[in-house]
Amino acid sequence: MSERTLPPGFREPVNVHDSEEFFVNMGPQHPSTHGALRLALRLDGETIVEVVPHFGYIHRGLEKQAESGTYLQYIPLTDRQDYLIAIQNNLGVCLAFEKGTGMGVPERQEYIRVMMAELSRIASHLVFYACFGGDLGGQTPLIYGFKEREMIHDIFDEQTGSRLTTNFFRPGGSTHDVTDTFIPRVKAFLKHLKPTMVDYERLLSKNLIVLERNIGIGVLTKEQAIALGCSGPMLRASGVNYDVRKNDPYSIYDRFEFDIPVTYNGDNYDRYLVRIAEIYQSMRILEQCIAQFPEGPFRAKEKPIIKLNPGSYYSAIENAKGIYGTYVVATSGDKPYRIHTRGPSFPNLAALNIMAQGHKVSDIVSIMATLDPVIPEVDR
Amino acid sequence: MMTPSITHPIGDFIRANVPIPELAYLINAIICIVAICTVAFGAAMVLVYMERKVCAHVQCRLGPMRLGPHGCIQTVADTIKLFFKEVYAPNGADKFLFYLAPMVLLTAPFMCLSMIPFDHNLQVADISVGIPLIIAVNGFGILGILLGGWASNNKYSLLGSLRSGAQMISYEISYAMILLFVVMMSGSCSLQEITLSQSGNLFDWWIFKAPGIGFLAFIMFLISSTAELNRAPFDIAEAEQELTGGYHTEYNGLAFAMFYLAEYINLVTTSAIATVCFLGGYLPLSFGYAPVDHVLAIIPGFIWFFGKVFVMIWVYMMLRWTFVRPRVDQLMGLEWKFLLPVNLLLLALGAIFISLGWIVP
Amino acid sequence: MKKEEQLTTKAYIKRYFQRICQSWSLIQGLTVTLRYFFQPSRIVTEQYPENKKTLKMHDRFRGRLEMIEDENGENKCTACSLCEKACLNGSINVLSTKNIAGKKVLGRYLYRLDTCTLCSLCVEACPFDAIRMNQDFELSRTTRKGFEMILNKKEGRG
Repeated sequence: MSERTLPPGFREPVNVHDSEEFFVNMGPQHPSTHGALRLALRLDGETIVEVVPHFGYIHRGLEKQAESGTYLQYIPLTDRQDYLIAIQNNLGVCLAFEKGTGMGVPERQEYIRVMMAELSRIASHLVFYACFGGDLGGQTPLIYGFKEREMIHDIFDEQTGSRLTTNFFRPGGSTHDVTDTFIPRVKAFLKHLKPTMVDYERLLSKNLIVLERNIGIGVLTKEQAIALGCSGPMLRASGVNYDVRKNDPYSIYDRFEFDIPVTYNGDNYDRYLVRIAEIYQSMRILEQCIAQFPEGPFRAKEKPIIKLNPGSYYSAIENAKGIYGTYVVATSGDKPYRIHTRGPSFPNLAALNIMAQGHKVSDIVSIMATLDPVIPEVDR
Repeated sequence: MMTPSITHPIGDFIRANVPIPELAYLINAIICIVAICTVAFGAAMVLVYMERKVCAHVQCRLGPMRLGPHGCIQTVADTIKLFFKEVYAPNGADKFLFYLAPMVLLTAPFMCLSMIPFDHNLQVADISVGIPLIIAVNGFGILGILLGGWASNNKYSLLGSLRSGAQMISYEISYAMILLFVVMMSGSCSLQEITLSQSGNLFDWWIFKAPGIGFLAFIMFLISSTAELNRAPFDIAEAEQELTGGYHTEYNGLAFAMFYLAEYINLVTTSAIATVCFLGGYLPLSFGYAPVDHVLAIIPGFIWFFGKVFVMIWVYMMLRWTFVRPRVDQLMGLEWKFLLPVNLLLLALGAIFISLGWIVP
Repeated sequence: MKKEEQLTTKAYIKRYFQRICQSWSLIQGLTVTLRYFFQPSRIVTEQYPENKKTLKMHDRFRGRLEMIEDENGENKCTACSLCEKACLNGSINVLSTKNIAGKKVLGRYLYRLDTCTLCSLCVEACPFDAIRMNQDFELSRTTRKGFEMILNKKEGRG
C-alpha cells in the first residue's frame, strides 16, 4: 500500500495496515472561548492520534508596529495581547524599559504594582474556573467565575480608567496614583471572595463527574514540560517548582511570604488544583500588601520622551499563564529597534499534541480548558 | 372531599344530544384531545420561561425581564418569531422522514399525558395496563430522534442522533425497571390505582412508604429519566459542540419549535409520572391530624397534582444547572455498570420486603 | 497510544464503591446552587436603560476624547500637535490655521472614533490640559461618517 500523504502539520507515521484514520477540523469558530484557534485532529475512530493547532487568525503584527512607534506607544499594545491579565503585561514591558533607562521606582509604586498584578492574577484564574466549568458542560460555574471578576473590574475601572485594557504602568511609575478608595475596595473584595471561593470549590473541586473527567487525562510529565518550554501552572502541575516570583524575583516579591503550589501528576485535575491554590496565595499576598502599604510619591520624575540606553534588555515576569518575557533592543532615538514578547501561551499550546494523544475527542475540550491559552497572545 | 366531576356531565350531555353514537364518541374524543393539547402546550410555554428564570436565579442574575411584567410573555414572543422562520429540508434529505420526525417525537408525551390522572375524574383514559403502555410508547421518542438525525443528510447530525439514541435505549431499561418496581409495590399497572394505593397520610407515598428503598428508587428514577429526556447532565445530543450539532441542527422555524417544545412536554410527562408513582399524584398532603387534613383537602386535586409536578420540574432544572456533563463512555458505564445492577437489587429487595410483610401493596 | 490499564478485580471493586461514596460530592454541589437560588440578594444584574439616571462612571473612566471648553466655548488648545504625535495609530489630526495676528492657532481638531483605542496617551501628552477623556460609553454610530468628529467648536485664539 502506498504511503498516504498527510495534510500539512501532521508528523506521526501512518499505520497503513490497521488504520481507519480520518481528519476532522475543529474550526476557528469555537464554542469554547479561547480565541480563534483551528485544531486539525487526526482520529482513529474515537481516539485522537494527533492534534495540530493552526493559529495566526488574530495576528496583528504588534511587534512590527512597536518598531514604528515610541516606547510608550507599545504599552497599550501589550494590553491587547493577553487581555485577561493586561495590567501584568504592562508591568512586564515597563520593567524592561526601566532596565534600559536605569530608572528606579518609589516604594509606593512597587506596592501598587504588586497589588494590581495579583488582582489580575486572581481575575485570570477566575476566568479559568469559569471556562473549566463551562467547557465541561456546566453553565453555572461559567457565570459564577465571570461574576466574581466584576469586583476586580470595578477596581481597575476606578484606578486606571478602563476595565480590561488598562494601560496603567509607565517606566518609572504609573499614570495616576491610586485613590483613597483603593485599599477599602480591595479589602471588601477579599472579604467577599474568601467564602465565595469555598462555595465554588464545593461546586467543582471534589465533584465526582469532574474527577472522572479530569483525573488521568492530559498527562504531561516533568521532562516533557521542561522540554517544551511550558511555564506557569502547567509546569508546576507537572512537578517542577519554578516560579519567577521566587526563583528570580522582580519588583518586591521577595518581601512577601507566599507558597508556590506544586503537584506531581501533571493531569488536568492537577492543573485545576494549582490554579485554585494560586488564587488563595494571591489573596495572601494582597493582605500583606495592604498591611504594609506606604505613603509617598507614586512615580519617579516623569520624562516626556522615554529613551533607552543603546543595548538589549530582557525582563521576565510571572504572568497568570506563565513566564512573560520582554526583550528590547534599543538604539539611539525614541523608537525601539525591536521588541519581542515571549508569551507563555505559545509553548503551552505546543504541549496540546502530547497531552491529547490517546484520549477521546471529548477530552480535547477539557484539556484545552486546563491549558488556558489566550490565542491573541499566541498570535500577537 | 372529592372535586365534583366536570368531565362526566360534559360527556353525558354530548351523548344525550347528538343522535349518532359514533359522532358523539368522536366529539368527546376531540374535546379530550383539545384538553390534553392545552395542558401540554400551555405547560410547555410556562416551562420555557420557568427554565430561564430558574437558570437565572441559580446564577445570581435576573433572566428575562423586558416583555411583560418580569418577562412573562417572553415565550410567546419567541414562539411567534419561530413561526415566521422558513422551514426547509436540506438538499438530498429524505423529505418525508424529515418532516415526520418532529411529529413522531411528539406522539410519545401526548399519549402518556392522556393516561395520567390529574384528579379523581380528570383522566382521559384509565387503561389497566397503563405503565407498560407508557414504557412502550417511550420508544416513539427515541424513534423521532433517530429519524431526525437520519433524515438530515448531515453526517454529524447522524452521529449525534445515534449517540443520543443509544443513550436513550440504555436508560430506558432502568426507567422501565423502576416503574415496574412501583407496579410491584402497589399491585396494579393502572395509574389511577397506583395513585389510590398511596392514600392515607404523607408517609403513605411510595417515596416514604417503602423503608429506604422507596427513596433509593426515586433517586434512580431521577437519574434515568433525566437521561431519557436528554437533559443535562446527560445532554450529549444537544451539547455536542465539539463535533456534531445534534439531531436538530438542520431544523428551522416551526419544526425546530416542535423539537424544542417536545423536550419540555416530555419533561411535564415525566414529572407527572414521577408524581403519580412516588409523590401521591393528586392526593392532598395529609398528616393524619384531622383539622389540618380537612383544610388541606378543600384544595382541589388537580391543584395538588400540578403543584407536585412543578416541584418535580424544579428539581430537574436544579439538576441541570448544577452538574457538569460526563463523557459518553462514562455515561454508558453509569447505566450498564451501576444503574442496572442497583435496579435489579431494588426489585429483589422490594420482593423480599413484600413477602416479609413490611410493605402492604 | 495509551491504553487503559487493566485493574485487578479487587481494585475494580474498590474503585466501584469509592465512586459510590464520592457521589456525596454531587449533593454538596447541589447545596451551593440551592443556596444561591434562594438568596435573591446576591443578584448582580443592573437593568441597563432603566437605570441611566443613577448610572455614573468613575472619574478616570476613559470614554472618548473631548476638548475641554469653558462656558464661552473657548478651548486651551494651541495646535502644538503633541497629541497627534503621541497617538498610536493616527486617530488625531490637528489642522492649524493662522489667526489675524499671523500666529498659528487651532483650526480644526479632527478625531476618528473608530480607530481610537481609548488609551489616553494623547491626554497624557498634552501640556496645556486641553483635552480629556469623557464619561461617554455609548459610542455606537449608525453611519461611518458619525465616527469622524471635529472636537473644537471655535478656532483657537493662541
